[in-house]
Amino acid sequence: MTEDSTTTVAPAPVEVQKGWAGQSVKRREDKRLLQGEGVFVDDIKRHGMGYLHFVRSPYAHAHITRIDVSAAEAVDGVYGTLTGEEVAALTDPFFQISSAPGANIKDYSLALGKVRFVGEPVVAVVAETRELARDASELVEVDYEPLAAVVDARHAQDADAPVLHDDAEGNLMWTGLYSWGDLDAAFAEADRVIEIPELHFHRFNSTPLECDGALVEFNRGVEQWTIHTNNQFPGFAAIMMGPAMKVGLDKLRFVTQDIGGGFGNKITSHPQLVVCCLLARKLNRPIQWTEWRTDFHLSMSHGNERWFRDTKVAVKDDGTLLGFRTKALDDAGAWLRYEPLGGVIWAQVTPGMYRWRHIELDFTQVATNKAPVSPNRGYSRMQHLWFTERVIDIVAKELDLDPVEVRKKNYIRAEDMPYETPNGCVYDSGDYARMLDLALELIDYDAMAGRKAAAKEQGKLLGVGIGSTLDSGTNNFGQSRLINPELQFSGNNEVATVKLDIFGEIVVTLGTTPQGQGHETTAAQVVADILNCALEDVHVRAGHDSYWNSHAGFSGTYASQFAVTGLSAVKGATEMLRDEIFKLAGAVFGGVPAEALELADGGIRIKENPDAFLPFMACGAIINANNAGLPEDLDVTLNCRYVYRPPFEVPDVETKFGNLTLTYAAQLHVAVVEIDPETGYYEIVDYAAVDDCGKRINPQIVEGQVMGATAQAIGAVIHETYEYDEDGNLLTPNFYDYHVPHALDMPPLATGAIESPSPFTPLGTKGMGEGGGAGIHAVCAAIQDATGVVVTDSHNPYRRVWEMLR
Amino acid sequence: MDVSVTVNGTTYARDVEPRKLLIHFLRDDLDLTGSHIGCDTGNCGACSVIVDGVLVKSCMLLAVQADGASIETVEGISENGELTPLQQSFNEHHALQCGYCTPGMLMSATALLRDNASPSDAEIKKALQGNICRCTGYWNIFEAVKAVAK
Repeated sequence: MTEDSTTTVAPAPVEVQKGWAGQSVKRREDKRLLQGEGVFVDDIKRHGMGYLHFVRSPYAHAHITRIDVSAAEAVDGVYGTLTGEEVAALTDPFFQISSAPGANIKDYSLALGKVRFVGEPVVAVVAETRELARDASELVEVDYEPLAAVVDARHAQDADAPVLHDDAEGNLMWTGLYSWGDLDAAFAEADRVIEIPELHFHRFNSTPLECDGALVEFNRGVEQWTIHTNNQFPGFAAIMMGPAMKVGLDKLRFVTQDIGGGFGNKITSHPQLVVCCLLARKLNRPIQWTEWRTDFHLSMSHGNERWFRDTKVAVKDDGTLLGFRTKALDDAGAWLRYEPLGGVIWAQVTPGMYRWRHIELDFTQVATNKAPVSPNRGYSRMQHLWFTERVIDIVAKELDLDPVEVRKKNYIRAEDMPYETPNGCVYDSGDYARMLDLALELIDYDAMAGRKAAAKEQGKLLGVGIGSTLDSGTNNFGQSRLINPELQFSGNNEVATVKLDIFGEIVVTLGTTPQGQGHETTAAQVVADILNCALEDVHVRAGHDSYWNSHAGFSGTYASQFAVTGLSAVKGATEMLRDEIFKLAGAVFGGVPAEALELADGGIRIKENPDAFLPFMACGAIINANNAGLPEDLDVTLNCRYVYRPPFEVPDVETKFGNLTLTYAAQLHVAVVEIDPETGYYEIVDYAAVDDCGKRINPQIVEGQVMGATAQAIGAVIHETYEYDEDGNLLTPNFYDYHVPHALDMPPLATGAIESPSPFTPLGTKGMGEGGGAGIHAVCAAIQDATGVVVTDSHNPYRRVWEMLR
Repeated sequence: MDVSVTVNGTTYARDVEPRKLLIHFLRDDLDLTGSHIGCDTGNCGACSVIVDGVLVKSCMLLAVQADGASIETVEGISENGELTPLQQSFNEHHALQCGYCTPGMLMSATALLRDNASPSDAEIKKALQGNICRCTGYWNIFEAVKAVAK
């Protein structure tokens, strides 16, 4: 943050309205968090619990020839251990999403016979204290026979490459050709074909400040586990864990209150949760597991590293984009824990923001001896959108055209909305050109020529860059069938319950697992508007508990969907409750029709006779505790559960065509960088981020998401990387080596917003929160603008910029 | 080893393993779970507390080193359950999302404002430099602290 840092909010054309939605209501989650009274998973304690520590592989690739836990188990205070052999005896391998060859790999929750990345869990040790568990782990003897490792995805399919999974008969995990439009015609029509040999999107993740963890209890009498965890997608964890553990999902109770950041990185902790469950049963005591920071960096949810090779772009001389061909090579790491879904998720935003109609992408995902990749904020779309934006700026440079003009010429236009993309996705609404104008205005684009000249006089290089994100939200899980036609997933859902309790309490439960997105606040805003009551009268339960029956198969907080799935469920349940209150009041008032009634002041009354007023307290009391004499046919419980199901069809597997997400929020970022050519050091001297996520229920919370995503982008492009040496050792296994931006690293930021309500969602909202990819590209483009050198990597530390200038 | 500390005005005497970190002592032994752990290496500041008037990262101190000390943690900064002006300002400015870094941020800001009631913008940022936040990008945290500086 420079000295003159400011945040300005451009006026957004928000319609004036009454009610809570649209207001920046202060968050109700904050009080407990500000007083240190949040409940995060590591805060939970149980009598007699044992602390779990993992013995991890020191090798990137090795056979395990012997494991001896006896010395560790002999230590006073050590409760027990678990090995891969035991896991294999007690569980089945995890279900694989992939079709062959990835489908053939056997993934257990501890290494079995072989390790495949540095940091892979091999043995679990449980002891009376954290310190003892860690010490006792040192006493576990594991003999390894090291093998050659493959760490560069580009060499994973070489004839002499070491093979990670013999069951897959090679390192190819999944491959698929996507082709839409008429590529040959597009290239025949082109004035120019721009060739881009190789672009690289690097490996990093969002490093939530709270690492993964769990407190797992086993109730022997009912053979059920209660899993207090910060896993952010319990629906997914359950369908992975249940079949592996050979138990029904009723035996797995997931409980969460506060989660210390997720960003997608907390979706794939199911292997560790299985280990905790097995040990809770084996040792007959609660198991506490919290990752150490280095554990997280070594083993958890790296973002997808991707190469784009042999790209050919068909363009007209005037900058009109016709189409492109490219080969995407994706590095999955050692296991497919959520992959190869990244192989289709990118297709939600196939053309980016542009009108080209002829696109071919040959996608290949390989295994390497590195940590498994899993969703990371902007999952898979970020890589692809960075690629499309890179193409725009490289084309503009080759044709000597203004990147602003190339974008405006090719943007999907506001009047084209809803717009069907070449692969059948339907962009619901938006005005990208207007967003760009607003962003350029926020950084005073007209002054740039003068500033560039002034910087040059000072011996500095100034550049401006644009980046965009389409934050596609509310997945159609049917897209998984493009990866594996055998899968039986499609659509999406989320649940809310709203009830009126005995003393008139309006109680809301959500199926979601928020990690700071303010669900308790925004849900209350929606409920209070429908029931026309005070915000304070709405009580939204904190967290998630699968015992509440307020969850569905896809429940969780991931992939930019709460504002659609979560809030639509809340809306549906609240409207059911509202209708029941009308029915009840009609009966109590002696047959008054619903149209003669209205909600007001925390109750319901007769419009023409406001003195005839039934407070919610009376409604709740009558139904719950004083219901004798009510009409027999009065179908009212005041306890309403609603499942929101977005309107989706199963995509066509042959043509890979169909709508993959319901909403397409957009972010447009512009960065101005100033480079010292002597050292390569650069500063972001101005930055603008413009967001359009349709109707905003709470603009301040939306802006907070924009800011957070921006900061993560800045971290990723300049500092953050999971780099490995040639032997597969992670070079950034802690916050010393993995530099996360701090307060002094932040540039001045101007934010702006427009609202293009979604025509497809009940509240006009769009999911949002994953806009960081825009910032990564904006900085890359600004570096290219300043240096005149084509930027080919998403990670540009000062040394790389220095090298570019040599 | 016997350790006696006063935390937020309450004195605790415990038998502590010599190698136990102060943050684990506070969280695991005293059940004061408001202070958090984010990195284990002194980088992130989620465990920041004030020991005898000095801001420290409690993962960088052994519990036995704090013997006899007076410690302030996030649980102690508000009185009677009411938010302090600094805490209210965090709420007003949306200076927290997941809230995991927040206790450490509050302790760093508290220590700053005690030493310097009228910090410059640069001094505020420098005071927060030792605290990592992954949700907010710091802009709103800066604004929240600045709003209560005189």
